[in-house]
Amino acid sequence: MARIIVVTSGKGGVGKTTTSASFATGLAMRGHKTAVIDFDVGLRNLDLIMGCERRVVYDFINVIQGEANLNQALIKDKQVEQLYVLAASQTRDKDALTQEGVERVLTDLGNMGFEYIVCDSPAGIETGALMAMHFADDALVVTNPEVSSVRDSDRILGMLSSKTRRAMTGAEPIKEHLLITRYNPLRVNQGQMLSLQDIQDILRIPLIGVIPESEAVLQASNQGVPAVHMEGSDVAEAYKDVIDRFMGQEKPLRFTEPPKQSLLKRLFGGR
Amino acid sequence: MSFFSFFLGEKKKTASLAKERLQIILAHERVGRNPAQRDYLPDLQRELIAVISKYIQINPNDIKVNLERQDNLEVLEVKIELPEKAAASAV
Repeated sequence: MARIIVVTSGKGGVGKTTTSASFATGLAMRGHKTAVIDFDVGLRNLDLIMGCERRVVYDFINVIQGEANLNQALIKDKQVEQLYVLAASQTRDKDALTQEGVERVLTDLGNMGFEYIVCDSPAGIETGALMAMHFADDALVVTNPEVSSVRDSDRILGMLSSKTRRAMTGAEPIKEHLLITRYNPLRVNQGQMLSLQDIQDILRIPLIGVIPESEAVLQASNQGVPAVHMEGSDVAEAYKDVIDRFMGQEKPLRFTEPPKQSLLKRLFGGR
Repeated sequence: MSFFSFFLGEKKKTASLAKERLQIILAHERVGRNPAQRDYLPDLQRELIAVISKYIQINPNDIKVNLERQDNLEVLEVKIELPEKAAASAV
């Protein structure tokens, strides 16, 4: 059986797709056969972030509706062995995403030997988001240190514990992991941004990592390369730590304190 | 704090305000979301009717159970209307 991980947040623009791409890539880099699926029917973007947008022939909905098989629709990553992308449909409406169809695809992926299936949820709480989380074993709840994102994450946590298969069958609950993204330690120290402790106090789920706000993320998406590939960047390192923790390793948090500043910068208020 | 920002006035520390506001609104939203907390009202009403019926003949419709929430305060209101005859004999 494959382990199914949903990357979710409720709010848009917090880093779900960035996280899905880097998390799936990181798992595959460690030698695990991994598929990452875009559930954002009508507004697909995972293909762009993964840099495979020109190789999309068949998509997730084509497979659900039997117009293509999984082998035709899965896009093999060019950089990492064992990594495959399943794009969302750009044209059809989201009603095509049925629970039976999604279950069949996930089961088939498991039978094909996939160890991890990463489900990139769309924003909102509509069908796409519900389908992405329904069969999950784990949830990465992506949250920005900002009031609307924290509130939406709380809402999503409520749905994870009531509207998913594990919740409805009374099985062991979905394992929830808090991932804080776009974190700016300097602004936290200045009292202008919710701290990771604040967010944990409010959401009360275990923290799996903190991704610092960084220009490397835009640099990565410009090129269609998952951020985890940005060698030497704090973002890549932070994502690798997330994977290690997901695999059960103990890793101290990094990039959660502001970088040391020179006297000159401090004097003139550098950022 | 930089030398200049000291004179120009430091930016407001707003993070604590954000946390406080979130804690209040989420406490409110979580209550409405949790079905276990909402569902006990019909049971409570049924059992109240059963207990009261042991002593007084009443109509099930004469018992009203209502839960109201205002900010952090919850008010459970139970209204039992006794029929006139029963009220007279109970005295």
